[in-house]
Amino acid sequence: MWNTLSRMLHTGLLTESLPTCDEAAPTLETLQNDLLKILGRALCIRHVDAGSCNGCELEIQALNNPYYNLEGAGIKFVASPRHADMLLVTGPVSVNMEEALKRTYDAMPDPKWVIAIGDCGACGGVFGTSYASRGGVASIIPVNHVVMGCPPNPASLFSGILRTIASTRIE
Amino acid sequence: MATNFMELQSASLPANVPCKLARVDRQQWLQTAEALRQSNARILALWGADDRDRDGSFHIYAAYLLPDSVLVVEHCMEDASTPSYPSLAVFFPAASRMQRAVFDLLGIATDESDTRGWLRHGGWSETLFPLRRDVDGKHQYPVASAPYPFVSVEGDGVHEIAVGPVHAGTIEPGHFRFSVVGEKVLRLEERLGYTHKGIAKLFENASQQNGHRLAARISGDSAVAFSWAYCAALEAITETVCPARAILLRALALEHERLANHLGDLGALGNDAGFAFGLTHFSRLKEDLLRANAAAFGARYLLDYLIPGGVTVDLTADARCRLLNLYDALEPSVTQMRSIYDEHAGLQDRFREAGRLERATAEELGAIGLVARASGVACDLRVDHPWPPYDTLAPKMILQSGGDVAARVQARFDEIFESLRICRALLAGPPMAEIQTPVPIAAANLLGIGLIEGWRGPVMIALKTGSGGGIRSCHAHDPSWQNWPLLEYAILGNIVPDFPLINKSFNLSYSGQDG
Ligand code: SF4
Repeated sequence: MWNTLSRMLHTGLLTESLPTCDEAAPTLETLQNDLLKILGRALCIRHVDAGSCNGCELEIQALNNPYYNLEGAGIKFVASPRHADMLLVTGPVSVNMEEALKRTYDAMPDPKWVIAIGDCGACGGVFGTSYASRGGVASIIPVNHVVMGCPPNPASLFSGILRTIASTRIE
Repeated sequence: MATNFMELQSASLPANVPCKLARVDRQQWLQTAEALRQSNARILALWGADDRDRDGSFHIYAAYLLPDSVLVVEHCMEDASTPSYPSLAVFFPAASRMQRAVFDLLGIATDESDTRGWLRHGGWSETLFPLRRDVDGKHQYPVASAPYPFVSVEGDGVHEIAVGPVHAGTIEPGHFRFSVVGEKVLRLEERLGYTHKGIAKLFENASQQNGHRLAARISGDSAVAFSWAYCAALEAITETVCPARAILLRALALEHERLANHLGDLGALGNDAGFAFGLTHFSRLKEDLLRANAAAFGARYLLDYLIPGGVTVDLTADARCRLLNLYDALEPSVTQMRSIYDEHAGLQDRFREAGRLERATAEELGAIGLVARASGVACDLRVDHPWPPYDTLAPKMILQSGGDVAARVQARFDEIFESLRICRALLAGPPMAEIQTPVPIAAANLLGIGLIEGWRGPVMIALKTGSGGGIRSCHAHDPSWQNWPLLEYAILGNIVPDFPLINKSFNLSYSGQDG
């Protein structure tokens, strides 16, 4: 127990400020106001791997580490698409995941946002389109925003999420 | 009577570890397997090739890991209209799924009774074999439903729980079918292949100089291991000697990959056992490492750090300093976290006895990599077949005997400390020197093997060159192929709610096995 307490005390608070993005550069406050206005509560995100190499997953997982502390900004990952407002889709869409991706999207309540993650999510990346790959996410479900990178780092993922929310406010 | 495989005619094969190739007939294919089984060899990989354009036939290859070398066995099937070969599954159960995958891609059959598709889920027709040379891999087909009959368990109160392919967390897709009584698991059957991206076919359109980029994306968490295996195969074929400095940097990148994954897994394992504190602190340590990677190597994840003939950048004096500081900070932190984990009664209660994989089962079924070592099976390429620079680093074999989640946790802790030792030794090498050498274009139809002990276990690339600097074929093998079936054993008798924890303690790659 002593070890646990001492580790907490010595680590302190590591959370960094929100990454900025050009359209809105939200502070924590404006972000939370936006979320409250649009959803009336925390933003719930669901991730679906539609055939990625698992590199993008690692960076999405990093969003929850103490430096980025996504949850601290009022954004949380949920276990079911039925609880989700936003879908992060990684990978080129493999033909074997096409149906599952469609069903996940259909299970989400409206309003919903979709972000295609990584070069693969954008256009299929190195995998392109083939007998086994449908290419980018937009070829299967509507996409609101794309975050490029291979894999994109957590700051650009975070920024992509904020940008998607901010663009809704502007509309 | 099994023939002695030592007596087989074999030729040496270009590779980064001692490697031989033996060509066998149909009968010897099985006899060799039996003899290898008796001498405790492990199967490393199995793949096929369509060589009808060259010699009118299909070929099947099996790579085996022997105590002192690797043996690749090749069998040419004369009947090209209905090609088949005897199944190896009686001697090497792990071969079963690999054989099903070979059938889905090439239409080469075995005498096995389980003919259910493994990679083909209805995304292309069952009479179309995408890896055949006369099939256009770019063509798209509509998905047709393809029923997949799971083996059912009958009895009073037995019911099934179907999970996936989409899981509840930020993880890869796969399907798990549990047969349970109450909470207790009577049987688990996995169905994988959801992330199949046709990588083998894509390799055929890549150039020798560019294939490493695709290799790095077979399983992103093992990018360094796969790209090194690719480069090693190409460099062996072209007899390229990498600069000594580049080899040290490759090993440094590989050990960083091991550290990053182990740190991430230890956090996730704590979390899955209800100890979120573990996730918070380990994910912080992992982030520190990734940021140091970005500063030292130019990227958080080293997907494009290795290139044929070397690496992309050397460490500056500053970066070297930063890495040494990182190790100095990481070591006491991990030591402290280990004692927190060890002393946490609730955590240990969940870890101990959960998902036990007995040593006998691990050996019988051909476990490999970290999972094998946590069940007391000593196998680590860095120790058994040390390729440069590991031949000068004296890596320690990390062994645990428990075979349960607790043992796999302890193995990760031990490997972190050993990796840190290796990293420090690598940084002691001479600074800033040549890091690249040109790799000549290889002649066509040369086979080379690259074999690297990644954090999960041995990853293998079997590269066959094509004409004009192209690739004729490239088979990539992830150790998850061998270890996925073992998870089905480790879960038996455990309760369903412990599955996420047990699964995480294996942490196998879906993308790596799906290809
Ligand atoms: S974008 Fe890169 S890291 Fe992400 S899934 Fe594709 S290949 Fe992997």
